[in-house]
Amino acid sequence: MRLLKSVRRSWPYLLMTIPALVLFFYFHTWPALHGIFLSFTNWNGFGPYHFIGLKNYVDLFHDHQVLHAYGFTFLFAFVTTVLVNVVSLLIALALNARIKLPNTFKAIFFLPYVLSTLIVSFIFNYLFSNVIPDVATQLHLTALSQNLLGTRWAWVGIVIVSVWQGAAFNTLLYLAGLQTIPDDVYEASSIDGASPWMTFWRITLPLIAPFLTINMVLAAKNYLQVFDQVVGMTNGGPGTATQSVSFVIYTNGLGGGELSYQSANAVVFLIVLVIVALAQVRLMQGREVQL
Amino acid sequence: MRTRTNWPAMIFLIVGALFILFPIYMAIAVAVKSPQELAQSVLGFPSHIHWDNFRQAMSITHYWHTFGNSLLITFFAVVLTVLSNSMVAYAIARNMHTPLFKGIYYYFFAAMFVPFPILMLPLVHQMSSIGLANRVGLIILYIVYGISFNVFVYIGYLKSIPLELEEAALVDGASRWRIFWQIVFPLLGPMNATVAILTGLWAWNDFMLPLVMLSDPNQYTLPLVQYAFQSQYSTNYDLAFASYLLALLPMIIVYLLFQRWIVSNVTKGAIK
Repeated sequence: MRLLKSVRRSWPYLLMTIPALVLFFYFHTWPALHGIFLSFTNWNGFGPYHFIGLKNYVDLFHDHQVLHAYGFTFLFAFVTTVLVNVVSLLIALALNARIKLPNTFKAIFFLPYVLSTLIVSFIFNYLFSNVIPDVATQLHLTALSQNLLGTRWAWVGIVIVSVWQGAAFNTLLYLAGLQTIPDDVYEASSIDGASPWMTFWRITLPLIAPFLTINMVLAAKNYLQVFDQVVGMTNGGPGTATQSVSFVIYTNGLGGGELSYQSANAVVFLIVLVIVALAQVRLMQGREVQL
Repeated sequence: MRTRTNWPAMIFLIVGALFILFPIYMAIAVAVKSPQELAQSVLGFPSHIHWDNFRQAMSITHYWHTFGNSLLITFFAVVLTVLSNSMVAYAIARNMHTPLFKGIYYYFFAAMFVPFPILMLPLVHQMSSIGLANRVGLIILYIVYGISFNVFVYIGYLKSIPLELEEAALVDGASRWRIFWQIVFPLLGPMNATVAILTGLWAWNDFMLPLVMLSDPNQYTLPLVQYAFQSQYSTNYDLAFASYLLALLPMIIVYLLFQRWIVSNVTKGAIK
């Protein structure tokens, strides 16, 4: 009787949720499980297949292209995550200071966020391949006169375009964080004779630490999955130098007939991403202070 | 005490703003030139604007048709996401004390950490086998994949809506559905705006999902068309840039018109 009553009471709630739950399972979780299943087979998109156990996984660890993709992805994600957060924190601090035209500046710094990453990358591609070498040649700066994206420093170009666009969103988050700190905290610290430098390290940073954690986790997760920037800037080149993990899974998995093999790669990638996110949360915890 | 302008901060912001605006200026400067003028100077502005680039770029990319695809996908993704995801979030938020709904919440939350590449390859097969490797399928995926994040932000906001209103309506004999649509949904206004903006930006600018899902070039979106026609531009940078600008322009216009509203609503969603 009680059960019946509780079912009747929650019936509308169940009707509101279950269709979404079914669709989510069908379009998200099911293909993911299917991918994990395929990673233990040799299926390549059509015809019969066999179970081959862990062969795909063993092969991954001897695959130079894949290992290199992880190396590039980690280097890129680490440098970009740190740079995006440092740059956006600096911009947020400046926006939070006494300045003229605060809303105009805010609008300009947020603009990159609304633009297509792929198209922005095409624009930066031209900047690196044509504009900068031209200007450098005219100024006789030989170091910069060749296309950066054709050298072993191509990854730096991808970092630059990612920071240019990625700082927008994090700036907004940090600014929101800074604005939660009441003015009297700063006043008290300046009465106590703290320098601006000390105020930043001892007061501002600990108080916005929760925002720092969220920003770091989100940025790392996004940049580890970098794809659009790679396609627009270098298409993985020169050679395979800037192929990211997502790029390899897409090109070799869909176009290169390595469906089950790249599924195994994707499973490894999932495990790596979860470990990174957990490690970050662990590292950052305990450094937060509440008012 | 802090009334004077902070000049070091101002100078830093001005330099930063120039750094942000320069690539956009360059894109415009390249797009309005003829190839001869471009060969002479990349960054200078020509004596007269070469509108023909835009006309040609529009005919190469079937601009209005492609724009229509992007608009259609974005419109339906946004409207249906706001209507459906808010309802799911409401049902979960009001039942978080039961293990079932708590489980559903954590299920959606955990899915945020699953990278798209792991489902990409089977998904392409699955979608084409049920005839959804097209615009409609794309709209469905935006609505469904958005649930993870949107439920999370909606629930944060739903906690701040007092239950008394709903209880009073319940006593008056209103059904749960009516309570949601007539009382709660309107109160979700600010969060609906946030979710609409974020979904709109995602669906409009996304490249990876259209790339793997759309097989018919007739259904291509604006970013995908830039990628697909890269080879047609070859070294005609003036034409390519006219096309890039045309693709970016609708969002830039929307942003300029609603800039304050967009920025404040994205902030709201982000700090929830």
